[in-house]
Amino acid sequence: MNILAKCALALCCLSLTAWAQSKPQAFVGARIIPIVGQPIENGVLVIQNGKIIQIGARDAVKIPSDASTVDATGKTIMPGLVDSHSHIGEVAGADGSAPIQPEIRILDSINVLDNSIQRAQAGGITTVNVMPGSGHLNSGQTLYLKVKDGRTIDDLLIFDKDNKYMGGIKFANGTNPMRPGGTGPFPGTRAKEASLMREQLLKAQDYREKIRRAGNDKTKLPTRDLAMETLAEVLDGKRMVHFHTHRHDDVLTAIRLQKEFGFRMVLQHVTEGWKVAPEIAKAGVPASIIVIDSPGGKLETVELRFETGAILEKAGVAVGFHTDDYITDSRVFLRSAALGVRGGMSRERALYAMTMANAKMLDLDRRVGSLEPGKDADFIVLSGDPLSVYTHVLQTFVEGTKVFDRSNSKDYEIATGGFGVKSELHAHIDCFGDVAGGNQ
Amino acid sequence: MKNGKLIVVWLSLLLLTAYCLPFTAKAQIAVRGETVWTMTTNEPLRDAVVLINNGKIERIGLSSEIQIPANYRVITAKVVTPGLIDAHSTVGISGYLNQPQDQMQIENSGAMQPELRAIDSYNAEERLIEWLRGFGITTIHTGHGPGAAVSGQTMIAKTVGRTIDEATIVPTAMVAATIGNSALQSGGRAPGTRAKIISMLRSELLKAVDYNRKIDDAKGDAAKMPTRDLRTEMFARILRREIPLLVTAHRHQDIVTAIRIAKEFNLRLILDGVAEATQVLPEIKASGFPVIVHPTMFRAAGEAEFLSMETAAKLKQAGIAFALQSGFEGYVPKTRVVLFEAGVAAANGLSFRDALATVTIDAAKIIGLDARIGSLAPGKDADLAMYDGDPFEYMTHCVGTIINGNVVSEVVR
Repeated sequence: MNILAKCALALCCLSLTAWAQSKPQAFVGARIIPIVGQPIENGVLVIQNGKIIQIGARDAVKIPSDASTVDATGKTIMPGLVDSHSHIGEVAGADGSAPIQPEIRILDSINVLDNSIQRAQAGGITTVNVMPGSGHLNSGQTLYLKVKDGRTIDDLLIFDKDNKYMGGIKFANGTNPMRPGGTGPFPGTRAKEASLMREQLLKAQDYREKIRRAGNDKTKLPTRDLAMETLAEVLDGKRMVHFHTHRHDDVLTAIRLQKEFGFRMVLQHVTEGWKVAPEIAKAGVPASIIVIDSPGGKLETVELRFETGAILEKAGVAVGFHTDDYITDSRVFLRSAALGVRGGMSRERALYAMTMANAKMLDLDRRVGSLEPGKDADFIVLSGDPLSVYTHVLQTFVEGTKVFDRSNSKDYEIATGGFGVKSELHAHIDCFGDVAGGNQ
Repeated sequence: MKNGKLIVVWLSLLLLTAYCLPFTAKAQIAVRGETVWTMTTNEPLRDAVVLINNGKIERIGLSSEIQIPANYRVITAKVVTPGLIDAHSTVGISGYLNQPQDQMQIENSGAMQPELRAIDSYNAEERLIEWLRGFGITTIHTGHGPGAAVSGQTMIAKTVGRTIDEATIVPTAMVAATIGNSALQSGGRAPGTRAKIISMLRSELLKAVDYNRKIDDAKGDAAKMPTRDLRTEMFARILRREIPLLVTAHRHQDIVTAIRIAKEFNLRLILDGVAEATQVLPEIKASGFPVIVHPTMFRAAGEAEFLSMETAAKLKQAGIAFALQSGFEGYVPKTRVVLFEAGVAAANGLSFRDALATVTIDAAKIIGLDARIGSLAPGKDADLAMYDGDPFEYMTHCVGTIINGNVVSEVVR
């Protein structure tokens, strides 16, 4: 098929999708866990134009007469999972030239055709915070994405009310950004890490002040500085700081910086958070935690425990989970919550942590994270209890479009693995079957 | 003052006794389980009792049939299984701190060093041993890791004991080898290619053939024996089939290569990793060699990029003897937990019992200890794991572990 014919077909497909979306679709008979509100047995979820229009018990929802219905009896439906910290898409942020590079955008690095995107879909993840790494005090700007099937990054972006694509910024402390014994610009001690960060944030305060003073007089504006511009957004609270931190003292250092400069912050990883749970609660900052199968791997994670989520929950901290993919596999993200329950978390909070709590950390809780009328139709169909090892994600929907279906052989292979699973780019725009096979 | 000193002495003695107790006292215990998976039959026993005496299993039967003697400590649990076996690990050799001083799984000075003994670097007080014990894992086959053509020996230990001698049950279990990229050297050092790995291995084995011939020719005459050479000695033992060669190979061509060499030299081969096993199932099956398959949740990256959560189920369907493992990780997690890996295997095509077998009786068979561990039967080591529900469920806890008849863990994990 020539390129022109393919484009024509693609256009035709797109309009077909739009038509299908405008017709309401009702998923009937499933156990629905809306996250906000009690689970609904024998429930109905109605979606249209990529949004949820109704949700409730079967006898309480009047399904629109023109709706197509999907029998979901015996299945469980819950919101698409929100992953507040991931590295899918073969991303690389800041380079080795400096420890603080706020101007770096992960936007400019992500490969949306990498099969890690599809692994995330297979794991039921519909919204993700894609971050640069932790080998820097500041490794750049993160990106909040809908895990759609996209040909380019533009297809996955989420826009705010000012039509600006959304994302945060990655900060880190502890051992990862350190280069002890080095002669370069990287810090060698924890105190140096904090001082370098404070120095940059003070500069950003000056930069912001110059802009404020310039008022409407453009001639008085400071010369544009990409790094300062970004940190000014941080100081203005417009860009959430996602602070990689493990050890209890590093957690407190992050909180100390946050208090001094007044930025908005999510603590990320928080391995020793269980030691300073009251302090985290008092600071009022949320914590996105990682669940690893055993302690160690590096010195600052030797006190990892499955109980961290439970201890933080009891202290009143807003707890979320993340994959840190590839550190843990997006396909088994739900086990983080289940192991959190094993460590003493309540089922409700553990599921909330995978969805609403993470959505709040990304300022996306008005759009995703729960099943409520008006919210995006991002949801997953599960074969059973979300926290059971035997449960599989059967289908994943993003804004009403099915992006993963375990009954599709290629999707099944992504979900389980298999020969050739990575060599092909499973760019599964359905009408483009021959492109997916790499036969172009 | 004198009294005070006496109290201190008595207290110390008491503490010492308490400390030594788990390792010395052979308590009499009755473990009563709502469900008891003995692994000697296809179905579990319901409401059964395992009597433990002097470190061994004394008797097993339904509660209705067994009178628990009055002096036995009774422990009850929802689900009881044999103590779990991790068929291939590097725990105790590759430490959880992940610092140069505790990473003893690979020695980079040479490509082939089968003389390196695991017992000379096993750290019995490694934190991860306690971690695994808390999940019901009672035996680990551990040692030198994948990542060199021949990296060294492996050993088998119970996950208990303050010293290597208390822990070890088989000091030299296998010799670990790797066919694949991780065994390749750079900068002109050998081996730099797969073919070179194999030519070096064959050369060493041929040397050992000669060594064995000299030993045979000596007919016990010490004067005629060849000069001892630790390296050749180990290859010679492999050739005499005293010790299996454990070959980590992920790519399908490497799996076939391992089989080719094992046939040429009539070796006892155990295939390890085998991410691409499904490409060569008939060849593995025909070889008759057992497999220690990659962890179900192993990272699908590098040479293992085509692994599948269903590899275990496909090996089972093909009728190949296999066990699960925790494997080796360079970063996190420093050890996986075979209990979790078996659970994911059970969720991806294996039956519950077959999945449990991969970390109990089938693992015991592959590491050559099925007469002693891996199932619950009279006369076997009293190694038991106890759970408050389906052992594979994420939200279930391991509530107790017994090794050699001693309760060695009562944490709820």
